[in-house]
Amino acid sequence: MIKMIPVLSFAVLCASATLAISAPGAGQQTVLDRYAAEAKAAAPAFAGFSAERGKAFFLAHPASGKPDTPSCTTCHTADARQIGHSRAGKEIGPLAVSATPDRFTDIAKTEKWFTRNCDSVLGRACTAAEKGDFITFMVSQ
Amino acid sequence: MTFRSMAIRGGSASLAVLLALAGPAAAAVDSAQAVTAKECGACHMVFPADMLPARSWTAIMAGLSDHFGENAALDPAAAMQIGGYLTTHAADASGMNKHALRGLAANMTPLRITDTPAWIRAHKGEVSPAAFTSPKVKSKSNCVACHAEAARGVFGDD
Repeated sequence: MIKMIPVLSFAVLCASATLAISAPGAGQQTVLDRYAAEAKAAAPAFAGFSAERGKAFFLAHPASGKPDTPSCTTCHTADARQIGHSRAGKEIGPLAVSATPDRFTDIAKTEKWFTRNCDSVLGRACTAAEKGDFITFMVSQ
Repeated sequence: MTFRSMAIRGGSASLAVLLALAGPAAAAVDSAQAVTAKECGACHMVFPADMLPARSWTAIMAGLSDHFGENAALDPAAAMQIGGYLTTHAADASGMNKHALRGLAANMTPLRITDTPAWIRAHKGEVSPAAFTSPKVKSKSNCVACHAEAARGVFGDD
């Protein structure tokens, strides 16, 4: 029984470490707050972001944008913790915040890539709600 | 026919000397070069500006919303800096390497380095077409897959 205690405390430590990683850092929170304000302005009924919706959005295969980029996973792979590749063969750092801690902390950089990639993949701009869901999923990864 | 002649270039050492001598004006050039390297290099190798004529870079910068099948739009300030750097360091800019212009008609505006007669001549018969689509290379635009020093503008026989 005594031997169990270190094991248990290790498990508790792991659990709290996982929780700590899942919460957005200050930089991500600033970006999320901005998208939340935009989402609320667009739809007063907005009730917060969802990692589940973000996951479905990331894994979807819309094929409604440019032919060479039918989905996010074309370049980023279906596992956000993995390294992706641009069509020109260049490595793309993982989108998951656990693997790339400074992801989604710079609003200008975040907006630049949503502007480009939403047009390339979806053929339209993403909504603030979609961006917030996407980031919330990446924060959980 | 190889690009060996292109290996003999200024290189970063002489650039550093130039920067040290020229003061603030050179610092602006360096910053434009840094922005070019950062923005273009986010998706692909930073292609040396002197592998295309200025008119090609102007056309490329004007079409960033559909850049070889992707939206690569930039904010206007960055686009201005990058366009300025690329056109002033293009193959037909003064003092630059003219090698890439060989065989290129004045009325041709290639958007890909791989469409220039100089590039085609250098690779014809030497590299099998299948090599360009192999998983390790992926694309003709991935020069570094075979030319380890391509990002520095060095294209010897590797």
